[in-house]
Amino acid sequence: MNRRKIVNTVMFGITGLCALLTVSVLFFILGYLLWYGGRSLSWSFLTQLPKPPGEAGGGMANAIVGTGKLLLLTVLMGVPAGFVAGVYLSEFGSGSFPAVVRYTADLLNGVPSIVIGIFAYALVVMPMRHFSALAGAVALSMMVIPITMRTTEQFLRAVPQSLREAALALGANKWQTVATVVIPAGFRGILTGTILGVARVAGETAPLLFTSFGNQYWSSGFNQPTASLPVMIFTFAVSPYDDWHRQAWAAALVLLALMLTANVAARLVFSPKVTQNG
Amino acid sequence: MAAEPVREASRARGFFGRLRAGDQAATLITATFASSVLVLTALLVYELFHGSALSRDKFGWAFLFTKIWDPVAGEFGALPFIYGTLATSALALAMAVPLGLGAAVFLSELAPPRISDALTFVIELLAAVPSVIYGLLGVFILVPLMRQAGAPYGVGVFTASVVLAVMILPFIVSISREALLAVPREQREAALALGATHWESTWQVVIPFARLGIIGSVFLALARALGETMAVTMVIGNDPKIHASLLAPGYTIAAVIANEFTEATADLHLSALIELGLVLFFLTMLLNGIARLLILSTTRRGTAQ
Repeated sequence: MNRRKIVNTVMFGITGLCALLTVSVLFFILGYLLWYGGRSLSWSFLTQLPKPPGEAGGGMANAIVGTGKLLLLTVLMGVPAGFVAGVYLSEFGSGSFPAVVRYTADLLNGVPSIVIGIFAYALVVMPMRHFSALAGAVALSMMVIPITMRTTEQFLRAVPQSLREAALALGANKWQTVATVVIPAGFRGILTGTILGVARVAGETAPLLFTSFGNQYWSSGFNQPTASLPVMIFTFAVSPYDDWHRQAWAAALVLLALMLTANVAARLVFSPKVTQNG
Repeated sequence: MAAEPVREASRARGFFGRLRAGDQAATLITATFASSVLVLTALLVYELFHGSALSRDKFGWAFLFTKIWDPVAGEFGALPFIYGTLATSALALAMAVPLGLGAAVFLSELAPPRISDALTFVIELLAAVPSVIYGLLGVFILVPLMRQAGAPYGVGVFTASVVLAVMILPFIVSISREALLAVPREQREAALALGATHWESTWQVVIPFARLGIIGSVFLALARALGETMAVTMVIGNDPKIHASLLAPGYTIAAVIANEFTEATADLHLSALIELGLVLFFLTMLLNGIARLLILSTTRRGTAQ
């Protein structure tokens, strides 16, 4: 009897340790980034172009702007497509077609990002014969579509049926009901899910390696090889130069700060009940 | 005067007719966007098949079992990469599953709901950390540590597995926790009423009840681990050979694509890399397919009761 109680205490103690260890990983990551990244972060880092190896100073302004450009295109291409598709799944779908779409979207969501990169390379880079921000954004959109679609569906489904019935009883048609009642009611949740989805692809490196590639200089428009923060971190981290390593830490701190801000803000401000499970 | 109601009625019919057409148009437009997912996926498979045709014709199935990867001589075999991918993923699972399941049990069975939610939030933030940042920490923190601990190079299969384990941990914790929370209260109460301790009810009743969801979370994590690119590329050492030691450098499918794709000048080299992408695609599809079905089956049962 006593032994069973001891087992009970010990085993739950171990699970507590597991939880503590898991949670502490985030604080380790934050701590290291603040320590190494904070020392290298400066005003010039945010405003200057990268310097060639050997020269001190310089920054990653082009990569910060480049990431912004990629995300802008992704938000313009991927998010609306995913949103409309999600509206279909929740409101207009009938028969077995929605189930097929849903399952395919989940599978697409699970495709490794490097494979998405190959796809965007074959689809955009090969015909155009050069790397471009557009190709990178196509890859990122490919990843954002299934995420936006599933969150849109999830939050529209959560809108009470009685709201739809009320609108229909007032003489509204189905599309009017959806456009004026259902979508506004689910909007906050959809917005949260979308921000989380965009934040997730913002940190992706693998699909950008051979689509938007990289650039040591400014790129104009969306049709040139474009620098991005994640690719820059990778290139600088695996380089043999100490100065570039410091820059990589600073860039990582900036990137992580952006991600965590987006995550915390999206969840706390808009809707706390969103999870980001694969 | 007599014509007035008639015109009114026809105008009304026209109005409602337009509205009904509006419904059809809305259905059609949204359905088109929904089917774009199917089109994109089909296109993805086509491009992978099309791009790898050269390599598939030349090497056939032997591609999967050949150990030599020599871009200069034009000889390509996927075995070292398949080995590296499976070894790192399996090791990562071996580390992350016990830890993740333990944390999930604590969060669902012991911690008060508010604390559990707060901790889960923190753990899910871990999933939002970009993989290149895990790679950076791996290169500058973990690799020197491993070298101090006696690993000859620091980089290698084991180091990559540790980084991967941390990266898949949040998926295992949050999905397993949901599966555990979906276990009906009556199941726990019945076990406790029979005289079981809290741990016995958890271990013998709750966990077996949630097993499909837990297994699903493991498959999902495995699929993530197989396809993970940046962090692994940065710490595995990038050596296309199979070494007996887990501390020795290795290579994974995703890593070799990341490193060699832009440098591949020969058509055959590019084609072989795309075929590696195809192999990776099918591996992850298979695992994801199984995982989704398992998770679906638990949540459906959970809500039915």
